[in-house]
Amino acid sequence: MTPVSAATIDGLRRIEGRDKVTGAARYAYEQQIEGVATAVAVTSTIAKGRIHGFDAGETLAHPRVLEVLTYENAPRVAEDADSEPELAVLQTSAVAYHGQVVALVIAETLEAAREGARLLAVEYREQTPDVELSDSHPGLYKPDKVNAGFPTDEGTGDPDRALEKADLVVDAVYSTPNDHNQPMEPHATVATWSDDGHLTLYDSTQGAPMAANSVSKILGVDSGRVRIISHHVGGGFGSKGTPRPNVILAALAAQALGRPVKLALTRQQLFTMVGYRTPTIQRVRLGANADGTLTALVHEAFEQSSTIKEFAEQTTTCSRVMYASPNRRTAHRLVRLDVPTPSWKRAPGEAPGMFALESAIDELAVAAGMDPIALRIANEPDVEPETGRRFSSRNLVACLREGARQFGWDERDPTPGVRREGRFLVGSGVAASTYPARRQPSSATARANDDGTYLVRIGAADIGTGARTALTRIAATALDVDPSRVVVEIGDSALPFAMLAGGSMGTASWGSAVVKACRALVEQGGGEVEVDTKEEVAADADLAKHGFGAQFAQVRVDIDSGETRVDRMLGVFAVGKVIEPRLARSQLIGGMVMGLGMALMEEAILDPRTGATVNHDFAGYHVPVNADVTDVEATWIEEEDAELNPMGSKGIGEIGITGAPAAIANAVFHATGRRVRDLPIRLDRLL
Amino acid sequence: MALHHREAAPVTQVEIDLTINGENHQLVVDTRISLLDLLRERLGLTGAKKGCDHGQCGACTVLLDGRRANACLALAVAHDGSEVTTIEGLATGDQLHPLQEAFIEHDAFQCGYCTPGQICSAAGFIDELDEAVDGPLSDDLIRERMSGNICRCGAYPNIVSAIREVASARSGAAERVGGAA
Repeated sequence: MTPVSAATIDGLRRIEGRDKVTGAARYAYEQQIEGVATAVAVTSTIAKGRIHGFDAGETLAHPRVLEVLTYENAPRVAEDADSEPELAVLQTSAVAYHGQVVALVIAETLEAAREGARLLAVEYREQTPDVELSDSHPGLYKPDKVNAGFPTDEGTGDPDRALEKADLVVDAVYSTPNDHNQPMEPHATVATWSDDGHLTLYDSTQGAPMAANSVSKILGVDSGRVRIISHHVGGGFGSKGTPRPNVILAALAAQALGRPVKLALTRQQLFTMVGYRTPTIQRVRLGANADGTLTALVHEAFEQSSTIKEFAEQTTTCSRVMYASPNRRTAHRLVRLDVPTPSWKRAPGEAPGMFALESAIDELAVAAGMDPIALRIANEPDVEPETGRRFSSRNLVACLREGARQFGWDERDPTPGVRREGRFLVGSGVAASTYPARRQPSSATARANDDGTYLVRIGAADIGTGARTALTRIAATALDVDPSRVVVEIGDSALPFAMLAGGSMGTASWGSAVVKACRALVEQGGGEVEVDTKEEVAADADLAKHGFGAQFAQVRVDIDSGETRVDRMLGVFAVGKVIEPRLARSQLIGGMVMGLGMALMEEAILDPRTGATVNHDFAGYHVPVNADVTDVEATWIEEEDAELNPMGSKGIGEIGITGAPAAIANAVFHATGRRVRDLPIRLDRLL
Repeated sequence: MALHHREAAPVTQVEIDLTINGENHQLVVDTRISLLDLLRERLGLTGAKKGCDHGQCGACTVLLDGRRANACLALAVAHDGSEVTTIEGLATGDQLHPLQEAFIEHDAFQCGYCTPGQICSAAGFIDELDEAVDGPLSDDLIRERMSGNICRCGAYPNIVSAIREVASARSGAAERVGGAA
């Protein structure tokens, strides 16, 4: 492969690029607000029990400390805030997990606030916590639905009987760990109340308009009185999809003090206060005829949530989409533990689910003596297996074939554990990727200015996705003008209401509204228009809409230490029309890199006795660094799909992480002959 | 669990002198303040980012007396008389530093939060090439020497190509990038 450089790809440079490389881009905490006080959060040191008392004497005596807020004196949130227990902060003495916020110290300076937090004494009545997930936990239950509203269980035929009769059977248990988003910008908020009761929040969020609605409900404030501004967001990967405790803490503190308050969570606090991916235990059973065609597919997931909120990751939904099988069962079971509340992390469901499914498919290929690409092609469904709906487009096979060509797959000897290069065993693997292509209603305005420029306004968010740039391109195309004549304003709840940046729905949702507004403006011949896409979205054809991809990995494993290094990764995706190729490539590569981390290093560990996250920083929780990423390339095939949205696009923010861990695990098997079914593929798991 | 009282540390203010992006600052600082918090909380220079506050992510990287340093691990009081270059001081007027241009051109960032640290770190790295302790310029060398700067968006391949372009174009030691003016 010839190395690709973004510099040689046509397209727009990031619109906010200059601000980001000069340090001019101000993120939430960095807003310069007159008279702002600084807050530091104090978190629980027990995982279950009650706060028995505080001694804030030393804290309040410390120079420049202004106030200590706890459940005893914090302003009350609205009564119906119970529906968002993670946001009803400082309202109760109950402690539900280690690292839950129990107090806020506010001071004139960060140094004083931090010292004040250190001096605060908290007494607890501690109970024995239960923090360990297992597939035989007595508390396992069947949630009513799983995340994004998917059915908890579904299936067809009689998979148990089919497994009994199958020529080939794979029956394996896979696991993925407690896995964290960890965006580079820790969650942060600056809160200001005006004299007439308006709340302005500078917040690091994936969706200012939706977050403003949530905050107004929690605080019991009229929604017109809450404004969230979020021009730049230092990554989120799901963890900033909805408001997190920092937003409410800052708002309550500003209310209590009667002056602006800023609060940034610490890196350590991100491990408990803002969500993470649940660990999963997944049993996959595949039955197949001798020719590799599936006769049964069973995918069952066991996962956790906290005691205060149910979050059930949709881990097995990928098995309802990927392969044809006359007999199928997919299921989720959840247990509520004394652990932090899990939430969205990049590709909830597909990321852990596709690790298990695509590893099992590889195991079946080995059992069948078939090439894993040929096996996948042999099991291509004509329609979506779960629903029988037609696919609006499905080009997994084209991705597999094109990837195989670019990667040099045909030269591969499938025999595992036989390629030695110096002190390394070398191998390669493949896995499929998938992620749904959806959209949600959004609204936008478009205005023609007298000077020939255009202003498009929409409450979208750019969390690093390139949304500001992609929407500029979309607007310019719809207006049939050069992008330099279009200004797109985003990142403010005062702008027209729009979908958040989540579920890979941002561009599809916002772009639909932007196109509609721009076309209406052209039709009107100038002036200004405001549109929303409720009708269009409601009228969307009921089809199976998903992006697909194929990922290839080449690894080498040190025969002495068991260390796995990824020498090469290639992803080929079918994601509809790619709007801004330079930026799309970056985002797909980014997903693959996070998948590399998921495969080899990312794992938060809870002390089973105390429930404390023991490796709660970057020294202990390893994410990929530059030296871990040797040669990762992403590309795509041309895919026309007129049944999605006016752009013909599918979301690309999440698909890159799906399949990447399985491709690496499958390559590790090919290199070593060892099948590692538990992520991450640590050194000790290969020794 | 009984309440256990901690003893408050004494609070001391000290006068220091710093040259930041070529401008002299005489400051009275809390001895507990890090160079990063001094820049961000007191001077409004928020280009240097706080990602971890523990020297583990590199988002706060600045050039301290010409060498790259994690500003979160540097106590301001310990650097009296030092020269500091932050991301705000790299460009010359409207003329971006070559690394800033290259980061835009190679799409070497997404969310942008690690970017000031990446660029300052890259400027320091390129100056270190003169010392030639790790052999000649190569992609492996860039990757290794840039591994103190985490990018969670995973822009590493583009970061490497941006730095490669600037580092290869640099003619010998004639023009020191990003160092003290």
